[in-house]
Amino acid sequence: MAAARTSAVLPAAPGVPEAPARPVRIALIGNPNSGKTSLFNQLTGLNQKVGNFPGVTVDRKSGWTQLTPTRRAEIVDLPGTYSLYPKSLDERVIADLLYDPGAPGYPDFVVVTVDASNLRRSLLLFSQLADLGLPAVLALNMTDVAERRGVRVDLGALGAELGVPVVPMNARSGSGVAALKIVMAERLATPPVRFWHPDEALLPLVRQIRYYFNLHNDYLALHYAQQADHLRFLSADDRAHVQELVQRHRFDGAAEQARETIGRYDRINDVLLEAVTVTRTEQREPVSNRIDRVLTHRVGGYLIFLAVLFLLFQAIFAWAQYPMDLIDQGIGALSGWLQGHLPPGPLARLLTEGVLAGLGGVLIFIPQIALLFAFLAILEETGYMARVTFLMDKLMRPFGLSGKSVVPLISGLACAVPAIMGTRTIESWKDRMITIFVTPLMSCSARIPVYTVLVALVVPDRTAGGVFNLRGVALMGLYLLGLFSALGSAWLLKVLLKARERSYFIMEFPVYQWPRWKNVGLSIYQKVQAFVWQAGQVIVAISVLLWGLASYGPGQRQERAEAQARREAAAHRWGPAELGRQVASARLETSYAGSFGHALEPAIRPLGFDWKIGIALLTSFAAREVFVGTMSTIYSVGQDADLGTVQQKLAAEKDAAGRPFFSPARAFSLLVFYVFAMQCMSTLAVTYRETKSWRWPLAQLVYMTGLAYLASTLVWQALGA
Amino acid sequence: MAAVASSPLVSTTRRSVRDLRVGETGTICCLEDPVMALRLLDMGCVPGVQVRLSGRAPFGDPLMLVLGDEEYTLSVRRSEAATILLKD
Repeated sequence: MAAARTSAVLPAAPGVPEAPARPVRIALIGNPNSGKTSLFNQLTGLNQKVGNFPGVTVDRKSGWTQLTPTRRAEIVDLPGTYSLYPKSLDERVIADLLYDPGAPGYPDFVVVTVDASNLRRSLLLFSQLADLGLPAVLALNMTDVAERRGVRVDLGALGAELGVPVVPMNARSGSGVAALKIVMAERLATPPVRFWHPDEALLPLVRQIRYYFNLHNDYLALHYAQQADHLRFLSADDRAHVQELVQRHRFDGAAEQARETIGRYDRINDVLLEAVTVTRTEQREPVSNRIDRVLTHRVGGYLIFLAVLFLLFQAIFAWAQYPMDLIDQGIGALSGWLQGHLPPGPLARLLTEGVLAGLGGVLIFIPQIALLFAFLAILEETGYMARVTFLMDKLMRPFGLSGKSVVPLISGLACAVPAIMGTRTIESWKDRMITIFVTPLMSCSARIPVYTVLVALVVPDRTAGGVFNLRGVALMGLYLLGLFSALGSAWLLKVLLKARERSYFIMEFPVYQWPRWKNVGLSIYQKVQAFVWQAGQVIVAISVLLWGLASYGPGQRQERAEAQARREAAAHRWGPAELGRQVASARLETSYAGSFGHALEPAIRPLGFDWKIGIALLTSFAAREVFVGTMSTIYSVGQDADLGTVQQKLAAEKDAAGRPFFSPARAFSLLVFYVFAMQCMSTLAVTYRETKSWRWPLAQLVYMTGLAYLASTLVWQALGA
Repeated sequence: MAAVASSPLVSTTRRSVRDLRVGETGTICCLEDPVMALRLLDMGCVPGVQVRLSGRAPFGDPLMLVLGDEEYTLSVRRSEAATILLKD
């Protein structure tokens, strides 16, 4: 990789050893689909963490890399963008980071990822960064794709024209990353080349801003004039001052921006004339376009999309079953072993009925969550997700949504929290609010546990018509119910919200490519880890708390109820097994948890629910996935230890007449409740953060829970009562 | 502003990208809508660049455009494509 130009690298002072002082901070920036994320993963591997940019909820992915044995660097991955003029909320964090040279997080230099097959447009962002005076390295990605298209880049000439080191690399395979690291370890100077200067007429305004804020260059000052309103680090007074200047000078931001961009492209054309030669052997349509003709076909496109979704549900339900059974049996065996080996008493019961029951409820869903996120990551990685947006736009618009709502809605199948954050790519306020409002109606992965357990309880494991697993069909039905309710609610909201506002759709189609398994693997790893640690802590804590509430009761009520049960047993000459069950049931009913459940029962009786389900509903108002742990805990109190799995425990439950308590009607009523109900604190919190108002999360809570109550009542009254 | 046509009279006579037939290529002349123009420019829809309509979504909207010398593909709605005027 000798082609890397080092003209802008300062020679280290002779004799002075390179000081391993403060670690370097490097920002990674580039167009969407330019290989930025792959490069970030190549550089940092597992040494990355996801945090937040200060004051906003945009994910701040950062990580550490060892550039040389003595030099470590912190890499910050910035959102993909086409220009420094932000078009979406996500992109604003770039301005906040790069326009305040005094900030503690200000990067020492930037690495700009550039798609070699698409240089003209990629260099627009680079030229803006260079004009800000930021030291930069150009990571020239996808040179192989470019060469296949007959585009040859003269690296030496390009480096000379741009005035920065140019390193060719392949972010997918990792070749060239080592050379890039060597360049990144050197001390970089401010690039000497300027691509564009503000017009003479603008200089009075630009200079006034520049001296007021003590900025180091005119172009940065121009960006203050353009964006002061959105720069979070400026005080209200500073913003007002810029606004006043802008008005006094009659500065037309949009016109200047258009003029600047066209000027930059002119200059970039000159650069490309020097550095790029295109030799088209024959006009051959790129493979990607030929794939597009199949995948976005007017009939075939939808069929393929449906097939992909169907495969997704089969995977989550059918394929995940094997590892889930293993985990289930493992937990059951461990529970039995503990009961056999620990001295009987509160400790053994706390461990088996509280901790282990709750833990089992978390661990068992790892296979499904991993598979779901693997699917989503692959769809995103291959570039198919953008085509889905394209296919769905026209279909979504009658509902007040746009094609861009489809990706949040599909991500909502995994978790509404990142999905709602993902709506920031929707530029229209109305489209975005509607998408945020209805996304939680999409069945998220936290509902999988509830669906799995209850569907398996009442739907036979049979195959209909040779292909369709009945349980898979039932599961798909629940997901479709969620989808249609989301669309219906969106339509309702479109009618209610009056705002007339433009919505934009323009977006780029990434070139189709095989998924990078490293990226898919990292995504699965991060999502599963987050689930196990964040959801897991809550679930285990609530399980233990619940076990306490279910095991102990106020005053002497439990003792009195137990004595009563023993007297009845003696009168009816029950065996010891039946006696045990009656005692446990009496104790649970008079426990703290039992009292809560009984208080709730009148309200939920029309839905077919009893006080035990009431307890589960109450605990899952913090987070749905707690439901299974709660059911497991409530129903394991006093049951035989070898009834290891939740399903067995629920199936063993009998109603007053001795029939299985979880009849199809009752299970479906409960399932429908979980499809609709808003039972997730995190979603409400993120809706609040994203909409900056309590009106939206409150509306979600009331609307969804009301819908759940009505629908469940309908199901139970129609089927069960 | 050379790139942004301000006179509404121009738009009625000029063909836009929306009027292209599938497979047909044109050259961008100017961008009619000043706000939309900023987005289009950032994405590389610059006057003088070639654009080919490579396909339409199943219900005729959005459109799929190939820009430059087969460099990359954009998708835009018909209403957005109507603001990209073509050279004669």
